[in-house]
Amino acid sequence: MQFSTEALIVLAPLFAAAIAGLLQRLIGDRVAMTVTTGSVGLSLALSLPIFADFVWGEGHERVIELFRFIDVAGFTSIWSVRIDTLSAIMLVVVTSVSFLVHVYSWGYMAEDPHRARFFSYLSFFTFAMLSLVTANDFLQLFFGWEGVGVASYLLIGFWYQKRSANDAAIKAFITNRIGDFGFALGIMAAFFCYGSIQFDEVFHAAAANPAMMLGVGEVQFRAVEVIAFLLFIGAMGKSAQFFLHVWLPDAMEGPTPVSALIHAATMVTAGVFMVCRAGELYHLAPLASGFVTIVGATTALFAATVGLAQNDIKRVVAYSTCSQLGYMFFAAGVGAYNAAMFHLFTHAFFKALLFLGAGSVIHGLHHEQDMRYMGGVRKPMPITWAMMLIGTFALIGFGLPLEGLKIGFAGFYSKDAIIEAAYASHGIGAQFAFWCGVTAALLTSFYSWRLAFMTFEGRYRGNPHAHHHDASGTDHHHHDHEEAKSTAAHADHAHEAPTDGSAPAHESPWVMLAPLLVLAAGAVFAGWLFYPYFLGYHAEAFWGQAVPLEHERHDFPVWVLWAPVVVTLIGLALAIIFYLWAPAAPRAMARGPVWAFLYNKWYFDEIYDFVFVKGARAIGDLFWKVGDRRVIDGLGPDGVTSVSRWFSRGLRRVQTGFVYHYSFIMLIAAVAFGAYAIFAGFGGAP
Amino acid sequence: MAGWPILSIVTFLPAAGALLILLSRVSLGGDNEGYDNGVRLLALIVTIATFIVSLFAFAAFDPNATELQLVEYVPWAFEAAYSMGVDQLSMSLVLLTTFLTPLCILASWSISKQVSSYMVLFLILETLMIGVFCAQDIILFYVFFEGGLIPMFILIGVWGGERRVYAAFKFFLYTLLGSLLMLVAIVAMIAIAGTSSVPELTAFAAGDGFDPALQIWLWLAFFASFAVKMPMWPVHTWLPDAHVEAPTAASVVLAAILLKMGGYGFLRFSLPMFPDASAYFTPLVFALSVIAIVWASLVAFRQLDMKKLIAYSSVAHMGFVTMGIFAGNEQGIQGAIFQMLSHGVISGALFLCVGVVYDRVHTREIAFYGGLVHRMPVYAAIFMLFTMGNVGLPGTSGFPGEILTMVGAFEVNAWVAAGACLGVILSAAYALTLYRKVAFGTIENPKLGSIADIDAREWITFAPLVIATLIMGLAPSIVLDFTAPSAQAIAAAFAGGAP
Repeated sequence: MQFSTEALIVLAPLFAAAIAGLLQRLIGDRVAMTVTTGSVGLSLALSLPIFADFVWGEGHERVIELFRFIDVAGFTSIWSVRIDTLSAIMLVVVTSVSFLVHVYSWGYMAEDPHRARFFSYLSFFTFAMLSLVTANDFLQLFFGWEGVGVASYLLIGFWYQKRSANDAAIKAFITNRIGDFGFALGIMAAFFCYGSIQFDEVFHAAAANPAMMLGVGEVQFRAVEVIAFLLFIGAMGKSAQFFLHVWLPDAMEGPTPVSALIHAATMVTAGVFMVCRAGELYHLAPLASGFVTIVGATTALFAATVGLAQNDIKRVVAYSTCSQLGYMFFAAGVGAYNAAMFHLFTHAFFKALLFLGAGSVIHGLHHEQDMRYMGGVRKPMPITWAMMLIGTFALIGFGLPLEGLKIGFAGFYSKDAIIEAAYASHGIGAQFAFWCGVTAALLTSFYSWRLAFMTFEGRYRGNPHAHHHDASGTDHHHHDHEEAKSTAAHADHAHEAPTDGSAPAHESPWVMLAPLLVLAAGAVFAGWLFYPYFLGYHAEAFWGQAVPLEHERHDFPVWVLWAPVVVTLIGLALAIIFYLWAPAAPRAMARGPVWAFLYNKWYFDEIYDFVFVKGARAIGDLFWKVGDRRVIDGLGPDGVTSVSRWFSRGLRRVQTGFVYHYSFIMLIAAVAFGAYAIFAGFGGAP
Repeated sequence: MAGWPILSIVTFLPAAGALLILLSRVSLGGDNEGYDNGVRLLALIVTIATFIVSLFAFAAFDPNATELQLVEYVPWAFEAAYSMGVDQLSMSLVLLTTFLTPLCILASWSISKQVSSYMVLFLILETLMIGVFCAQDIILFYVFFEGGLIPMFILIGVWGGERRVYAAFKFFLYTLLGSLLMLVAIVAMIAIAGTSSVPELTAFAAGDGFDPALQIWLWLAFFASFAVKMPMWPVHTWLPDAHVEAPTAASVVLAAILLKMGGYGFLRFSLPMFPDASAYFTPLVFALSVIAIVWASLVAFRQLDMKKLIAYSSVAHMGFVTMGIFAGNEQGIQGAIFQMLSHGVISGALFLCVGVVYDRVHTREIAFYGGLVHRMPVYAAIFMLFTMGNVGLPGTSGFPGEILTMVGAFEVNAWVAAGACLGVILSAAYALTLYRKVAFGTIENPKLGSIADIDAREWITFAPLVIATLIMGLAPSIVLDFTAPSAQAIAAAFAGGAP
């Protein structure tokens, strides 16, 4: 293994995590925080030139091989750092958001007694994510995939004294494992069909023999379809797509910086990244791609409807993430891998911005997360408000699709490109995806403005069951020994609500606001600045061979170009009516069955709990108490015992214990067989 | 070192230590605190010395050679001989045994009942276990294989928990039943092939071979013994009971090493000597393996006793081993060997984790615990690592074995791999739920209010296991490259017989 800066990008956060995690008592919190933040800063500093090289320079694709991980008869995984356009994009997204979240956490986690552990986990996550995006084969990808999963598990359950946080962490892990079930089988199928798990070798083999068949039971499918489908099951878990989305909203039990980093900007986009990385396979698999499109489009719409009815500020943003991931997937499904990656890129900035902004609000309101008890936050928190507004504009994709002069926030460029790609595509489900995309854009606009208005505008409503501590606050520090301290701290802040109706909040410290400003810059400019490279004039040169590109150029009807803008404005208008002019209306609707259906997330949790959790328990009990105890033991050893007990009673034997009987029998048998062996066996042998 | 019977030294050094303890008891009278401590220390020194000698054996071992090494041969009665030798498979299991036994002695420090007898039995057990992996004469193998039963049986029966007699009986009954059948088969094999030497029998199988119809019966007789040892479904129910009642160190040895004898037996005898029957029965073994994985995982999910839960998870993990072995290709066999070694470390460590809290509050009931992380942060971190190993997380040693066995099985039958892959989901469910109930949450039970974190002795016990888990997880090639020649030879022997 030789030293290389590329390897340092990946490994620096690992070393920092180990130092902070293992030596935290020795070095103290501040050193642990400095080391981890510094190491991720170093990774960022080393990643930026690589990204710049691909955007403005030559774009040197390369693979740095470090050591053999597993190598068994062709099943070969070599620990590598693969640098190409895709990984360069992911490197800069992961390291930049991770660095900003590290910085933000200095403020957000300032009072937590386990800061060192928190920063250690964050850096470990960063390492796992970087090893995922720089993988050169499916097994290293899987390694990183599981690594980010365990980091997510540890961070969702960071406040481990809370039952709800632990349950959410386990739910996240197991739901992801269900996806990994498909992913692992996909890797096996790829190896079985193509004899390799190296990306390039698999892609070449698939392209060389696209008609190869693979039997699934009695039915023959094209191998590439089966592999692409199985891999996508993994992506559905990791990226919280329809059916496997249930863990993501619960993951909001984790501290808010975690939600921003892992559950918005980076880890949940790993599925999208994987599909784009394997774009060469999906390109050859129209059926699997159609499935990707339909699942993505359904998720985009479904999550947006649920987002309409949530009251927890983080859950609204979480469902928004889920919905936006759906956009990315259907973009990939219709073959617009570059549009999917572009949305991943811009989304990372504005969604991290929204999450960290929400965290700032929660911090300012003493861990209140329920928007019904907010309102009037704009005045006391003007910077947070401005940043959230930028994030909202970016999320709803606000901009003007003028001929020759597209101008707007970051999300505008990427989201419109996705909707247009779906319209232009003839792939399976593409038209469905187009209409889902447009409808979801309307809903996105509505729930985003609902969030903004409920939080920042109007009069401060406050929590009628006002105790700041455990209200519905998920982000609360429940450490027993800290309780007294934080009560005292809150007593200082908890002055009476100002008479002008604004909230009794305080603006967050600069260490938290500075990352917001940087992300806001990304949310404003990232689309405009990088559109020519991801999608426009320079796309061919920028992408190289990293993903298959659509070469056909389309002219769209004007209504297609303007539809997203128009529905966005309709959403804004509806939000103004419902949440600024006539706030009684939504409260009336909240009593209806439709709202209940949405508020309860289409009852997915209840159904899953009944079918899978209770089902597994029942089957486990059946196997254990009936299968093992009654049938196997009853017919086996226990049955033999009772028979032999009866036998020995019948013969009035002395109670010497059954075991000794059996050892005696064994001895006799051994002697008998030994004798047989000697006389029959060796005697007769030459 | 050349010319020394180094394998015999490794094998019988523990027995010599046991003899020393017996002599000391006779001469010193024993049975006081100072004497007990002396015996503990002596046992520790002997097992560490054994480990060091096994490292010398490893140093003298050529990892690339395909034939048996460090061979010792002393003619015995008739055709039978005292014949020892190791290939890569044997060597790796010998090292696992000598590596874990000193840790078991350390974990037995809290045993206070008849210390000298306990240590004597433990040392004899180590001799027999090492002997199983080194013996190259099938009768010698049988002696070691069956002999191991007796000390384990007594360890459970005397130092065990409340239902120890029931558990010991069940353990004995099952394993005895299998071994008698195996003995019959061994006799028949010797009669036919005219040799009791394992390499010669293997060569005979590759040449003339046993008659395919007879192979079926021979295979079934061996299977009866090895399947019980593994244990495979449905002859697995002795294991949870034995584990629950066994003292901590006996549990460790049982899970980490005794169970591996079944896998070793399949690899050493069933596959190379009865290739036709092995191919014939592959669907049966696959079915039993997948049932074991799914069934045992679901049952583990419902357990109320920590040791029972881990015991059931062992059954599930051994399902991967049998599946990999009978996949019969290099990935499957390599994965199975790796999984055996990894399971030795991880399950051993998990039983030690239970032992740590059992020593303190004397219960294994999951519901008794909760919130241990607040009082025992170091213990919680170690327990988390091994829980993740049990879940098969990449980066721990639990992962390479699982993925390789599944890759191997997929090449034979994709549905089998898919069924086994369900275990990947279920293991997360039971292992993480156990961890949540024991370590997370708040301390509700006042009896845990003053529980202490691990002490120096426990640190020393866990440290080698932590290191081994991480090294095998992060650089599995070290192990896989080493075991490759053995795995290739077995795969080739099996392929020769496959229809």
